[in-house]
Amino acid sequence: MKYTGNVIKYGDNVDTDVIIPARYLNTSDHAELAAHCMEDLDTTFVSRVQKGDIIAAGLNFGCGSSREHAPIAIKASGVSLVIAKSFARIFYRNAINIGLAIVECPEAAERIAEGDRVEADMDSGIIRDLTTGEEFRTEPFPEFIQNIIENGGLINSIAGGKLG
Amino acid sequence: MGMTMTQKILAAHSGQQSVCAGQLILADLDLVLGNDITSPVAIKEFAKLGKDSVFDRDKITMVMDHFAPNKDIKAAQQCKMCREFCGEYDVTHFYDVGKMGIEHALLPEQGLVSAGNVVIGADSHTCTYGALGSFSTGVGSTDMACGMAIGKAWFKVPSAIKVNLTGKLRKYVSGKDVILHLIGMIGVDGALYRSLEFTGEGLASLSMADRLCIANMAIEAGAKNGIFQVDDITLEYLKEHGAAEPVIYKADEDAKYDQVIDIDLSKIEPTVAFPHLPENARTFSEIGDIKIDQAVIGSCTNGRLEDLIAAAEIMKGRKCADGVRVIIIPATQQIYLDAMEMGLLKIFIESGAVVSTPTCGPCLGGHMGILAEGERAITTTNRNFVGRMGHPTSEVYLASPAVAAASALTGRITSPWEVMEI
Repeated sequence: MKYTGNVIKYGDNVDTDVIIPARYLNTSDHAELAAHCMEDLDTTFVSRVQKGDIIAAGLNFGCGSSREHAPIAIKASGVSLVIAKSFARIFYRNAINIGLAIVECPEAAERIAEGDRVEADMDSGIIRDLTTGEEFRTEPFPEFIQNIIENGGLINSIAGGKLG
Repeated sequence: MGMTMTQKILAAHSGQQSVCAGQLILADLDLVLGNDITSPVAIKEFAKLGKDSVFDRDKITMVMDHFAPNKDIKAAQQCKMCREFCGEYDVTHFYDVGKMGIEHALLPEQGLVSAGNVVIGADSHTCTYGALGSFSTGVGSTDMACGMAIGKAWFKVPSAIKVNLTGKLRKYVSGKDVILHLIGMIGVDGALYRSLEFTGEGLASLSMADRLCIANMAIEAGAKNGIFQVDDITLEYLKEHGAAEPVIYKADEDAKYDQVIDIDLSKIEPTVAFPHLPENARTFSEIGDIKIDQAVIGSCTNGRLEDLIAAAEIMKGRKCADGVRVIIIPATQQIYLDAMEMGLLKIFIESGAVVSTPTCGPCLGGHMGILAEGERAITTTNRNFVGRMGHPTSEVYLASPAVAAASALTGRITSPWEVMEI
């Protein structure tokens, strides 16, 4: 699996309340959630995010609430991959379960800059910053995680008999 | 190698003699929880599995607490969806308006969790039940859907931080001050992916309300779960609430911990977490003059009877400061009733506060006390992220019920030690 996109960069402790404020949790409609993604942190996100974009962020990305609406909003906004120094554990689990690709790579998250074009090959675990030419290594996704993400989430991969 | 409390519970629930940190396991679940926000997503996912029944109708609970009583039409639709699902699948423990309370106050009160259980909940504060000696952790809606279908969930076995408590809390200091102090020490990712295991001779002086509050905010340090060593106080509580027969797991003498933190409870002072992270903990020598517009006493963290008693003791016979809106939210119907019979509601109303029906409401900026642009609140809730209680420029300060009550009286963030004799 390979992801290529332009980077939108954030800092440490991006919490699920800013990813999708609770005032919008009276719906689970993916498009409606995407329309308010990152609203309280970055009012420009929704207007500038392009399909395939990659978020690079600092420590503890997705901390706070267990709302699955958070990774859903990010995925539905068109983001293909989130690279962070570390993820809050519930967010990590939820992202995989709904088929949003995420990867921990502290070096890449530190070095990659806003607007850089990045290519991440999750079969080999190599992340390339095409703008600067820098290359970073991380753990490739295990096969079962790849299956979940390719099938669009845990439920689809179970229902489709692709898991286990 | 020795196991921690959490590891022992996970081993027992995955049919293994022992497990070690980092191991992936599939565990049997004793309870699967959802609320009116997370359950609708889970119900949609559950439908894709094509199951005609849930794994065990007695081991699933849905609590309509976040945007209930329904704050708008969309919220009403979400509750309707949960109500219809629980009707169709004959779910035993469905809590609607009139029976419902804030989920993490309600479940222990109703005896739905016991020591030694494994519980998942599609709500991050599910870690609260660790106070009862169970392994309980927050998950998302997809995990909830799979849990409802097969009664199992996968986990990576966590390593642990041991928190060794000694001493005894001083007057007007509570579990909230302890957990804010701890998060201040280790940070919002200080226990990321790990267990926080609370033990030590200091436990004997901590009430169940204190312990539930501390375990509740383990997630605010990034922890997978918080868990307390079971003692006589736990057993008495479980018995009083009609919980299932407890199974006690004690950490092995040679259990391996990533870190051991010693906390002398007698040294803890009233503590406030400043915006916009729970780790920004300060004691009153570092606080200064901070005016407030609103005070909230409630939530899954601090809406228990003991919390209302602590607030009422300070507010009794006194008036809330002009210009401060004070909102008291008993966490369950039983707590509401007990507070009424004890005369606490009268004290609050006479002081100028409002008393709300149980709801998560303002804690997550849902309803029943939203902040306007630039407003500031002192609150006994659990998060102070940007926009958490309303407008993105509003500010949330986290504290104990005693601090919130003292602040309600003065109109600025105030220590109970200032307004009460100690």
